[in-house]
Amino acid sequence: MTSHDSTTSDAGAQPLGRTGIRRLGRRRARERAPGEPGSLVAWLFVLPGIAIFAVFTMAPLLYAMGLSFYDWDGLTPKRFIGLANYREAFADPTIRATFLHVVELFAFYTFLPIAFGLLLTALLTRSPIRGLTFYRTVLFLPATIAGVVVAQAWIWIYDKDGPLNAGLRAVGLGSFAQAWLGSFTWALPAVGLVGTWVSYGLCMVLFIAGAQRISPSLYEAARVDGAGAFREFFAVTLPGLRGEIAVALMLTTINALRSFDIVWNTTQGGPGGTTTVPSVLMYLNAFTYNRVGYASTIAVMLAVSILCIIGVIQFFSERGDRR
Amino acid sequence: MTSRAERGITYAMILIFSAAALYPMLSILFLALHQNTDLVTGFVWPDKLDFTSFKTAWTEGGFANGYKSSAIVAVSVTAAAAACSVLAGYALGTMQFTGDKLVFGLMVLGIVFPYEATVIPLYYGFLSIHPFGIHLSDTYWALILPQIGTSVSFGAVWMRAFFRAAPRSLIESARIDGASTFGVLFRVLLPQARPAILTMCVLIFLWTWNEFLLALVLIQNPVKQTAPLGLSYFASSAHVTDRTEVAAASILVAAPILVVYVLLQRHFLRGISAGAVKA
Repeated sequence: MTSHDSTTSDAGAQPLGRTGIRRLGRRRARERAPGEPGSLVAWLFVLPGIAIFAVFTMAPLLYAMGLSFYDWDGLTPKRFIGLANYREAFADPTIRATFLHVVELFAFYTFLPIAFGLLLTALLTRSPIRGLTFYRTVLFLPATIAGVVVAQAWIWIYDKDGPLNAGLRAVGLGSFAQAWLGSFTWALPAVGLVGTWVSYGLCMVLFIAGAQRISPSLYEAARVDGAGAFREFFAVTLPGLRGEIAVALMLTTINALRSFDIVWNTTQGGPGGTTTVPSVLMYLNAFTYNRVGYASTIAVMLAVSILCIIGVIQFFSERGDRR
Repeated sequence: MTSRAERGITYAMILIFSAAALYPMLSILFLALHQNTDLVTGFVWPDKLDFTSFKTAWTEGGFANGYKSSAIVAVSVTAAAAACSVLAGYALGTMQFTGDKLVFGLMVLGIVFPYEATVIPLYYGFLSIHPFGIHLSDTYWALILPQIGTSVSFGAVWMRAFFRAAPRSLIESARIDGASTFGVLFRVLLPQARPAILTMCVLIFLWTWNEFLLALVLIQNPVKQTAPLGLSYFASSAHVTDRTEVAAASILVAAPILVVYVLLQRHFLRGISAGAVKA
């Protein structure tokens, strides 16, 4: 009885004691364990990285924020104009159209890849197949190829003599054949589909890895309860992949928002501005229209929208975790 | 439990998705293997392997320069960012110090912030600011330094996660045995960290080799163009007249990454599934 008591009291006291010491250590300028390095040493390790980061990433970001309050053509002296750039931006139909393009791109960059990823994962949890490592390697391939190269490949696919039109003609749908990237109606979905191609394998790889971490006993339990494929997916697979889905959402929405390489190299935002995205509009304003301050405003709006989206996704995925 | 029909559907789907993943690259590869006089439409298997378009693309697109520039930039960024990340990750993962939370927060912010927003200030900064009289504008440094910055934010967070997961007792006993702070890192932790470091290097190399916007804005000198930038210019100049050469040039730009990918695909896949979940 006594021994039992002492063990329980020990077990109860130990964590308390430890946090107590840690707290004390923090309050009293660091009572360090033998050999534990002090703040100065730690900073020496962090310094090279943080210095380059501060000068070449942080400072430019802050400078962009500053520039967004100026009217500047890049040559003559800057003129401070307060929030005028922002006021103009919020009333600018071009900017509104650009952000609406991104919303449409979400369907292709985010929704389709995640839907495809979940579909394949659901199938694989029902009937595992051989050679999965090989398929994963193949599926992930598009995500490793440079955007400029991806753009060239798809320009060919969408070309008037390209595989897509040849395919349409072969099945008797030749009347639909057209220069897809030159079409006011089809250019944006065509660019979007490139985004789908880049991301769906990545989502699949993420989800397949996540599903492998779901305990098989959950599936057994579901099957004992007589759950069908759909019930099993919604009751076991989908909740088990919540973390991975949040990550995929973040990656793909950010990709849609900041996409530059693919859009620039396929359409340059055309035809008639039907495929502009924020980064393309920023580039055009800064280096073609010489409106550097306004371009910085677009950059800030892009950064803020990315932070907002991450915040929203984090909020919902964490609330889900607590449940 | 699962029926044969289900298994059949699974195989069919994974085959369709895999074929779709390969198709665009294969279609330009086959296009590149044709001569520009062949009238290629659609997806045509080349009768004979013809590498003339690769040769023309290599010389006319200036890809000797492109390869050289991309290699210099990607290798320097990877080496420097990896070294900085290991050091910073070591401090963030194993030490408590004043401002540690702030440093970590900034690094996480650096991962999610769009580096696109830094392009304008970098361009004008390099034009007008000359530290110690050194002009960085239109040099490799203009590409290397900013990309070390963005890569370090990812790398430090990545290495921190690794060093935090390393057993405390290992570090503490090494310290008690009198190992210096450097000694703990180099003799105790680094040997185990090799896979994590390799994965990080592979990802940083991939991003740097593929980078386009910074090169587009910061490099005007054709000799210093990176391979993707060279491809972009080559495609917009030759585009209409000769598709086979553009296709060949695209394959040339993608080739180094494809080789690295085939050799080290395990690291790509692990980097994405583990790294993404942590970030």
